[in-house]
This record gives sequence, structure tokens and C-alpha cells, in this order.
Amino acid sequence: MANLVEIRWHGRGGQGTKTAALLLADAAFSTGKYIQGFPEYGPERMGAPITAYNRISDERIKIHSNIYEPDYVVVVDETLLATIDVTAGLKENGAIIVNTDKTPEQVTKYLKGYKGKVCTVDARKISEDTLGKYFPNTPMLGAVVKVSGVMDEKEFLEDAKGSFAHKFATKPEVIEGNIKAIERAMQEVHGI
Amino acid sequence: MAIRERLSGNEAMAVAMRQINPDVVAAFPITPSTEIPQYFSQFVSNGEVDTEFVAVESEHSAMSACIGAAAAGARAMTATSANGLALMWEMLYIAASSRLPITMSCVNRALSGPINIHNDHSDSMGARDSGWIQLYSENNQEAYDNLLQALRIGEHEDVMLPVMVCQDGFITSHAVENIELLEDDKVKGFVGEYEPDHYMMNPKEPIGVGPLDLPAYYFEHKRQQAEAIKRSKKVIMDVAKEYEKLTGRSYGYFEEYKLNDAEIAIVIINSTAGTAKTVVDKLRDNGIKAGLLKIRVFRPFPAEEITAALKNVKAIAVMDKAESFSAVGGPLFTEIKAALYGVADGINIINYIYGLGGRDVRSDDIELVYNALLEIQKTGKTGETYRYVGVRE
Repeated sequence: MANLVEIRWHGRGGQGTKTAALLLADAAFSTGKYIQGFPEYGPERMGAPITAYNRISDERIKIHSNIYEPDYVVVVDETLLATIDVTAGLKENGAIIVNTDKTPEQVTKYLKGYKGKVCTVDARKISEDTLGKYFPNTPMLGAVVKVSGVMDEKEFLEDAKGSFAHKFATKPEVIEGNIKAIERAMQEVHGI
Repeated sequence: MAIRERLSGNEAMAVAMRQINPDVVAAFPITPSTEIPQYFSQFVSNGEVDTEFVAVESEHSAMSACIGAAAAGARAMTATSANGLALMWEMLYIAASSRLPITMSCVNRALSGPINIHNDHSDSMGARDSGWIQLYSENNQEAYDNLLQALRIGEHEDVMLPVMVCQDGFITSHAVENIELLEDDKVKGFVGEYEPDHYMMNPKEPIGVGPLDLPAYYFEHKRQQAEAIKRSKKVIMDVAKEYEKLTGRSYGYFEEYKLNDAEIAIVIINSTAGTAKTVVDKLRDNGIKAGLLKIRVFRPFPAEEITAALKNVKAIAVMDKAESFSAVGGPLFTEIKAALYGVADGINIINYIYGLGGRDVRSDDIELVYNALLEIQKTGKTGETYRYVGVRE
């Protein structure tokens, strides 16, 4: 299928990984794309590994299976690197983006010989600076947009403002922080 | 102008119900259909609909409340999945035999046990003999379109039967995808008002619904029910034509995908049809004449039309996302085989059980099925007809 981009998210329950996948779908939808955003459901509980997926395309997406050969992988929780084969099937002309304070070189040794691009972003620090709490999903969202180039960064930021205004209608004080988190992640992601 | 939106399959069903604004919705939450009554109850409390929402204590009561409401002359809707549908079982038959056009959104999920919340078709396939019309949906768009058409089909004076609209639990119910919605006023115009000829709360012509029916009448009653579902075939096509005028989207008893000149084909239901289409495209690029038939209407079963569509295919694999424990194959397989028998004999036909309990169905799985068909086409030997794909042996 023409211009199909497939993204797989790895996180832990409670970190907003599913929400991030749905926000990315939302943003891509707003730029006119065809999208899929879906989590892989399991026994939902805080801290358990979860997977979520995005497909983004210029045509209606017919396939309805999980993603086995993603173009991009986002790891929202670096402790998953020890237990989950996060680069399984990941295309070598794609990239993996890991939330960590380590450098791409330091992370590479945990990636079972993955030869593609390795990017890192310290979503914890960014989140704590901008939101005062640890919500790694919005910085990771910013990082994946930057690394994948699936949409125009400015357009994405504008759309994210709209989405957040809707999502956080009852707590508008977090909107600005989330936008800052995205902007900083776009600037601070390493390894591009 | 259609409304460009992105919704999950469950959201699409709830939005359709908001646009329909039925008289009564009675439902009990069960994964993965819970979101449908959840979103709908928000529409109720926001005053966006004036539906009487009955928060019952079980699915048996949900269907009972729908039956009571429909018998009284109201347009009644519900949603459920798996064990919820199973708990409705007794009442499903009563709804159909009382000729009450209730509309249900069935979000397909594996029946317990073992307990499983994920998708297969064991729930609605089990209900196939309950007298309900069954429409199946590949994605959120089809689920939405089917639900709007379901009311017109079931409530038609020649039919007067309940309709369930099925889609795959989680795979489409929880996946956010693009969808084109109709404007509210267009939906209202299309579904119209439900005005039954006979109903309990009519003071001018009081009637009883669901009385005792002993040997003197029961048989005739069932015969009438059987005639009604036969008549629904024409109504299904008439409603689809009208819907196409409104939306440009065309529906029939089934969808044929590159089937015209196909030598090998699979017959399949719901979301995996989409995955299979991508495999067909790939095989076609390699010069292989592969095709696909996706069932939309399973009850009534469009046997003649399916036979006509498949008669020139050399080898067919029927895909069942449900066991029927007949020891000879799944429910769709036996129907298709019976349809072809004596009319299009000599076609090699095999059955695959796939994806039970939410086992993810990959393109590779579907490719394996087409490869098996190529082998059968080459050798002319069917071999084992009752097969599995994606299971650990």
C-alpha cells in the first residue's frame, strides 16, 4: 500500500501509551490521512506491558491485524528492553525511539543487533520539567512525529493544541505543559 | 456532504444510535460492547436523545425489556457480546417468534470457556438459528451502515423480525479508523418513524403478544416466521439500493473482491476480510487469480447467489472463526458446501478454523491458506477438508 507507515508502541499500563497512539492517529487524521489507532488488549493493570499500534496511510487501510514489521517502534518504558524483544520485525530503514536518559550508543547494546536508527529522548526529565509529574506519553508523541516525519511538525503542534483543549477541558492548566513537553521532545530527541 | 470522522467501531454504533434516537434502549455492559451503551447513556443524560434508557441487571432482562417495549409498539435497541448474548438466548427466540423488530449491535467475542474476552464468532454463530437476521461488518464504516439499514429491514411490514449487526470485538470495536457519517437529518429521514400495524398499547386494537401456542397453531406460526425471513431477502436488497442513493456505498448479501475471474477464493466474515484483501492484491500482482467472497448477510443465507458467485472457482477455502463441534467443519463451511451441492459440484472445497479467542490473524496466515488452494488446484486433490490455521499443534 502506498505510503503506509506502521508504528508499534511498547509501554506499561498507566503510562498513557494507548492514549498517545490515539492522539497520533487523531493528529494524522486531521492532516487528511487515513489512520488506525488500536491497543492490543490484555488483562489491563497498572505496570503490565502493553502494546499499541498506529497505521497511517494515504488510502483507506484494509488490513486488520497487529503490526509485525513496523517502520517505527516507540518504547515508553526502558525497563521493557530487558524483557520484550522490542525490535522484533522492525525495519532496518526505520527507527526505534526509547524513553531513557542514556545515549543511543548505550541503548543499542540492548537491542539484539538492530542495525537501524536508534533514537533516545529523556521523556522523564521533560515531563517532570514541564508538567511537574511523570507522564512520558506526550514527549514520546513529539519524538515519534519528529523522527518519523509522518506529518508536518507545525501542523502537528497546532492540531495537538486542539486535541488537548478537548481532552483536558476540565483541567486546562495541563495543556500548556503538554505542548511544551512535545516541543522539547522534538528538540531534544537524540540520534536522528 | 458526508461528515469525515474518525471513530472506533463502538463509537460508530453509539453515534448511529444517537442519530436514530430510538424509543427504548435496554442494555447491560459486557466487554467488548460495553462502550456502546456507555456512550449512548451519555447522549441520554446530555439530552441529545429522548430515548428511555433502561439500565437492567442482566442481558436476559435487557432482551426482555426490548421485547416488552417492542411489543408495546416502541423502537427498541440493545448491544451485547459473547456470554451476554448467551444469557439472552431464551429471549432471542421469543423476540423473533413474536415478530418484534428489535435491533442489536453484537460485538463478536469468544464464548466462555475458558473465559476469554477477545474476538471470534462463536457468540453470533451460536445464535444463527434463533430467527434473527444477521448482518456482518468488516470495519466501523460497515457496522455503522449496517445498523442504519437494519432498522429498515427488520421493521419492514413484509419482515417484522429482529436484526443483529455484528462486528469484531476489539479488532474493529476498539480500533479508531476513518469513517464517513451521514448528517443527523439524513439518518432521521432514512430510518423514519417506527409505526407498526399491530401493537399491544393500541387502545383501538388491543392484542396479546407471545401467548401459548400448542400443536394446533405452533407449526403454522413457525412456517410464517420462515416465510418472513425468506421475504427479508428482497427487502435487504431494496434497502441497500436506497442507502446507496443516499451515501454512494453499495451493499448486497456479500461482497465479491476480485472474484470475477478468480480460480482460487476464500469465503470469510468480518474484519479478517480486510486483511485477506491485501493478500489477494499481493497474489494478483504475482499473476495468481485469487479472489474473495465476504459474507454480509448470514441469516437469511443467500445460498443461490453465493453459488452463482462461486461456481467458476476451482478451489475454495471457507474460513470459520467459530467451531461448531460437528467434527466435520465450522458453521459457514457446512452452509457453503450445502449451497453448492448439486448445483456447482466438482469444486474442491476446504474449511479452515482460524483466530479463535482472539488469536491474531496475520497476512501470513491468509497467504498460507491461498497457497494450500494453489496446491489443490495444481494436484486436483482436496486432502483433509477440516483444517486449522494459526493454532499450535
